[in-house]
Amino acid sequence: MAFYFVQFLTGLASAASLFLVASGLSIIFGVTRIVNFAHGAFYMLGAYIAFTLTEQFSGAIGFWGGIVFAALIVAALGVLVEMVLLRRIYHAPELFQLLATFGLTLMVEDLVVLIWGPSDLLGRRAPGFWGAVDFFGQNVPTYDLFLIVLGPLVLGILWLLFQRTRWGVLVRAATQDRDMVAALGVNQKWLFTSVFAVGVFLAALGGALQIPRDAVHHAMDLRIIVDVFVVIVIGGLGSIIGAFVAAVLVSELNAFGILVFPKISIILVFLVMAAVLIIRPWGLFGKQEAPARRTPGLTVNPWRPLMLNERLGAMAALVLAAALPLIGGNYALAVGSEIAIFVIFAASLHFMMSVGGLASFGHAAYFGLGAYGVAFLAKMAGLPMIVSLLLGPLLGLLGAGVFGFFSVQLSGVYFAMLTLAFAQIVWSVAFQWVAVTGGDNGILGVWPEQWAASPSHFYWLSIGAAALAVVALRITVFSPFGFALRATRDSPLRGEAIGIDGKRIQWTAFVIAGTVAGVAGALFAYLKGSIFPDSLGISLSVDALVMVLLGGVETVSGVVVGAIVYKMLSIWLVSQTDLSKLVLGGFIVLIVVVLPKGIAGILETIGNRRRPEAPALLASQIDTAE
Amino acid sequence: MKLSVQDLNSHYGPAHILFDIALEVSDGEVVSLLGRNGAGKSTTFRSIVGLVAQRTGRILFEGKDVSGEPTHAIVRGGLGYVPEERRIFTDLTVDENLEVGRQPVRPNAPHWTREKLFALFPNLATMRGRPGGRMSGGEQQMLTIARTLMGNPSLVLLDEPSEGLSPKIVEQMVEAILTMKKEGVSIVVSEQNLHFARLISDRAYIIERGRICFSGTMGELDARPDIRDAHLAL
Repeated sequence: MAFYFVQFLTGLASAASLFLVASGLSIIFGVTRIVNFAHGAFYMLGAYIAFTLTEQFSGAIGFWGGIVFAALIVAALGVLVEMVLLRRIYHAPELFQLLATFGLTLMVEDLVVLIWGPSDLLGRRAPGFWGAVDFFGQNVPTYDLFLIVLGPLVLGILWLLFQRTRWGVLVRAATQDRDMVAALGVNQKWLFTSVFAVGVFLAALGGALQIPRDAVHHAMDLRIIVDVFVVIVIGGLGSIIGAFVAAVLVSELNAFGILVFPKISIILVFLVMAAVLIIRPWGLFGKQEAPARRTPGLTVNPWRPLMLNERLGAMAALVLAAALPLIGGNYALAVGSEIAIFVIFAASLHFMMSVGGLASFGHAAYFGLGAYGVAFLAKMAGLPMIVSLLLGPLLGLLGAGVFGFFSVQLSGVYFAMLTLAFAQIVWSVAFQWVAVTGGDNGILGVWPEQWAASPSHFYWLSIGAAALAVVALRITVFSPFGFALRATRDSPLRGEAIGIDGKRIQWTAFVIAGTVAGVAGALFAYLKGSIFPDSLGISLSVDALVMVLLGGVETVSGVVVGAIVYKMLSIWLVSQTDLSKLVLGGFIVLIVVVLPKGIAGILETIGNRRRPEAPALLASQIDTAE
Repeated sequence: MKLSVQDLNSHYGPAHILFDIALEVSDGEVVSLLGRNGAGKSTTFRSIVGLVAQRTGRILFEGKDVSGEPTHAIVRGGLGYVPEERRIFTDLTVDENLEVGRQPVRPNAPHWTREKLFALFPNLATMRGRPGGRMSGGEQQMLTIARTLMGNPSLVLLDEPSEGLSPKIVEQMVEAILTMKKEGVSIVVSEQNLHFARLISDRAYIIERGRICFSGTMGELDARPDIRDAHLAL
């Protein structure tokens, strides 16, 4: 009994940091409508800077001074980020904001390694909280007790700040109607900046307070952000009380999940999150949001099927690509196969995101599931390659069926956070369930059979599959199903009003996209001969998002160009520098700010400009539907 | 001259909404901007306070051109704006709504305290702790005017204050506007209701399809029933 009680206290202590970070994210979202992906990075920076301050300068400012100063320094960095980057993208679609802040996260990850090195750092204990208290024979660190008290204390301070100060009243007013606040003479710019500073301060404080408990390392950011997204989805975006309750809930579920399912503890959190979403899709304390701004939405360029000459051009490009084995060596063919596979993967995400308006931040889950599906069938069941290739993606279909059902209940940023959380859950299962997946060691020796073994044969197989997938998705776009999907994307209400079951259409699109991603993953497993949890990871999901973005969110086939260009660039980049995340992150930020329409979008705009009969109305900006 | 709008043109995307609008308001004057639904009354107000991005022309407020300034700076300068849709902060109490509008005292404008505002709108005094979302339409209309007055403006743009209100509340609204005028606030009221406008205004403009098509005193308007019938729904 005492053991369970101590486990409960450990959960409460973990909840403190989680609450700090989640409340910061919630406050920032409330006013600026930006889901700050970089919040995990600020948390991590808080921990690293606090580590340095408490190690090197504790004489001058003491341990607690170091903690607070660290949070202040990071808050100042946050102000810089807000003024330089976010102010430019407040009116951009939310997908772009998520991507830009994710790009920042990538940059911070590399910078942290550059400054503090790659190994884990062990921080000092907090002075005055060295020991442990005995609870019926079980030890509870006194620092945990301190954190348990701190959580509600911060909640109280935040409550006073929001209820009792003019700043708090302005923030609450701006959360509801920021334009009206400006129309009453309040300078929004500084309100936004101050809110961002407070939110980042909370995240950094959460990170700094972790150093006496946990090692500081450069993957803390993603671990916390996934937990934070789960907290936000359960508690409701914009609610501080919700963040507190959900942080306690998630921390306790983690603490006890280890006892119930020691191998896959995350399952419990998933089950609770699913239950909450069914009962209250906007979270326990959240409010239903107005329909989100649609993801594509910068311009209206009507889509049309390819003309005859464009079809011939595409065929010619395919024939040209098929001729690569005549000139390229084995390495070129392996790269070519990989690019073809990523064309399939990116096209599947594009289908969901541009056609369906569902910007998933966890699309790699279905890619990875397809790959694991092949590995299970080929390695464990010993099925022939053709059968494995055809059946393996069904695991992706299954995953998309289950997760998609819950995800399409939400839209906009909630959808993005939920898909990311699901993907991380699949990743954790693959990582933790060593008996089945091999965990970190992956599953090795998934080689193609004789007929596909040579690089040129596998290359032809890959581009054949890519061509088929792209054509099939294109046909779907211009089918009645595609029209219904686009109608739901553009106006869910009007779609409903003409008898379209929006949720079912979106769910179907999610499953189609997941299955096609599974096909890509299946081929990928055979290409690499092995499969690791990385193939389900968040960086792969973001790779796909960047490919779609680079190609042009609002074009039908730009994604093919985007995938080819991006994959070539990143393969080249990894061979050139150790700081690929830094460069890639900077690149993502740059695309969002400078090139939001993507390569194909730019080409299209130029093309339209040449055609004088193109009506000006269609090329102009449309107001967001708010 | 309190406010002088010259050659104001506004666009929403490719659509041209306002054409060469000219308006003038003297110190302490109440002026009506009359016109049907969709004539351009709200767009005129939104353009003056800088809420319409695509606009050209000069907007002289107390002699200074404010057309290049952001909304919050224009409002801070003493030009208050009460939007048509009221836009009360529904989660905030009456007191908190007023707090959002509070600005420093201005030498050339009447100073409004909460007490003075509660005397102006007695209904609000009884519900200071009530969330804005749980108020009637008339109470919300009073609150939105009081909220703007908390900024101690020297001129207020009132967008359709009588819309959707019961006759009794409209009477109170007339009283309130006349009190505001007596205190020295200049007011521009947009209205469809000629009767209401006549009770409060010194002069009137009529706007139709984004163009000003009449300007004169209320007496001059009454002398031209043809114009009145052509441009105003009665």
